[in-house]
Amino acid sequence: MTESKKIVRVSEVTKNFDLGKIVVKVLKGIDLEIETGKYVSIMGPSGSGKSTLFNMIGGLDKPTAGKVFIDEVDIAQLDAYELAWLRCRKIGYIFQTFNLIPVMTALENITLPMTFAGVSGDDATERGMALLNQVGLTGRHGHRPSELSGGQQQRVAVARALANTPAIILADEPTGNLDLTTGEDIINLLKELSVERGVTVISATHDYKMLNVSDQVIWIRDGRIDKIQAREELEIRTGGLESAGA
Amino acid sequence: MMETPGLSENRKDVNRLVALPFRKSVQMAYQSIRVRFFRSMVTTMSLVLAVAFLAFIQVGNDIAQGLLSSGNPDFIQALAKAGFDISPENTAVTSSAKQRWIVFLSLLVCVVGIINAQLMSVTERFREIGTLKCLGALDRFIVRIFLLEATMQGLAGAFAGSLLGAVTALLTSLARFGFSLGSHIPWSQIGITLFFTLCIGTFLSLLGVLYPAMLASRMRPVEAMRVEQ
Repeated sequence: MTESKKIVRVSEVTKNFDLGKIVVKVLKGIDLEIETGKYVSIMGPSGSGKSTLFNMIGGLDKPTAGKVFIDEVDIAQLDAYELAWLRCRKIGYIFQTFNLIPVMTALENITLPMTFAGVSGDDATERGMALLNQVGLTGRHGHRPSELSGGQQQRVAVARALANTPAIILADEPTGNLDLTTGEDIINLLKELSVERGVTVISATHDYKMLNVSDQVIWIRDGRIDKIQAREELEIRTGGLESAGA
Repeated sequence: MMETPGLSENRKDVNRLVALPFRKSVQMAYQSIRVRFFRSMVTTMSLVLAVAFLAFIQVGNDIAQGLLSSGNPDFIQALAKAGFDISPENTAVTSSAKQRWIVFLSLLVCVVGIINAQLMSVTERFREIGTLKCLGALDRFIVRIFLLEATMQGLAGAFAGSLLGAVTALLTSLARFGFSLGSHIPWSQIGITLFFTLCIGTFLSLLGVLYPAMLASRMRPVEAMRVEQ
């Protein structure tokens, strides 16, 4: 066995979408391993299968063939309860559109996953407040999402993703709906948390700001892995990032 | 393989580990109604009207029954004039077939209206539902929240409707038969009728939300990722 722990293992995954008359092959055989505690970006143009792969890793979708292991558990073998448990405890999701529950306050949004996990009200409140402090939103606990800016909403979403101290944070275009500086703040926050807590961060993105903090970048093209670059390789190519995306 | 023991170990605990206490779901449902008050009111409106109609007819009949059993010939004459089907051998006022038919139709229309409004509400909230599932919510949590919301809306709507119908029925009776009917109003019978309409209203609200709630609970968590509106 290898010395560093693999939190996510994707083996020979293919995914077809059956659209009646035609079958669209979105993923054409993906092999991938992601180490614990790494900050990984999945990059690729729209339609490359990036989102599909991403959903697969998050246990939101099942592969047509091949296996996805999260923490050495084959997610295809899990029933509905176990999947819910996995989503609740092992994975924290961050969305492009923030997806806070609009009728709940910031604190309630953060404590909701804790409630699902069976944490008692007082403990949840305490931990929720600590998380709010950590993402720099001290004193905003009573605000509803509509009373917060986009960047602040995404910070709440980051705190919510961390609620049950997951092993993996999945961020789908976390900066897609944010302006440059706010997006950068969120990226830095994610990186900080990743280093501090040893959480594996996996983000699907086409935001090149993300590359600076990534330990590993997985380029997807046309349903296959184009290349996997470690951080060092990226730095050598500094200045060539634009061409990398072309 | 290594994963097998860990998994089977979890298998027993999982049911316990993802939980939504009943109190919390009540609170979530209440919050959702309160924040979307106008939306909930529109959903409830058809129920209020249908239940008000039901209560109006039933309470009207109750009062007529009260007058009939008073034995006062003036009242009986007034009742006959008001269109109640009274013959000398009749000792009970029952709702006519036409009344029952109209009430049934209005309740049917009301349920269809509720289903329509709740389906809209599910469509509007697809992102919220998807997110809840990503956070670990089970299908039945979603169903429960929707059912609780419908119960609260049903109780409130049916209560308002019953009250509205009863008050209208009392006022029209007063206008029709004069203040002398005061002592013949069968209050306890009206009370029973109102309890009955309250139950009917709540039941209809629950009936209307069943299909939308099931639809909502089957929504896949990946819906939360969808970006286009």
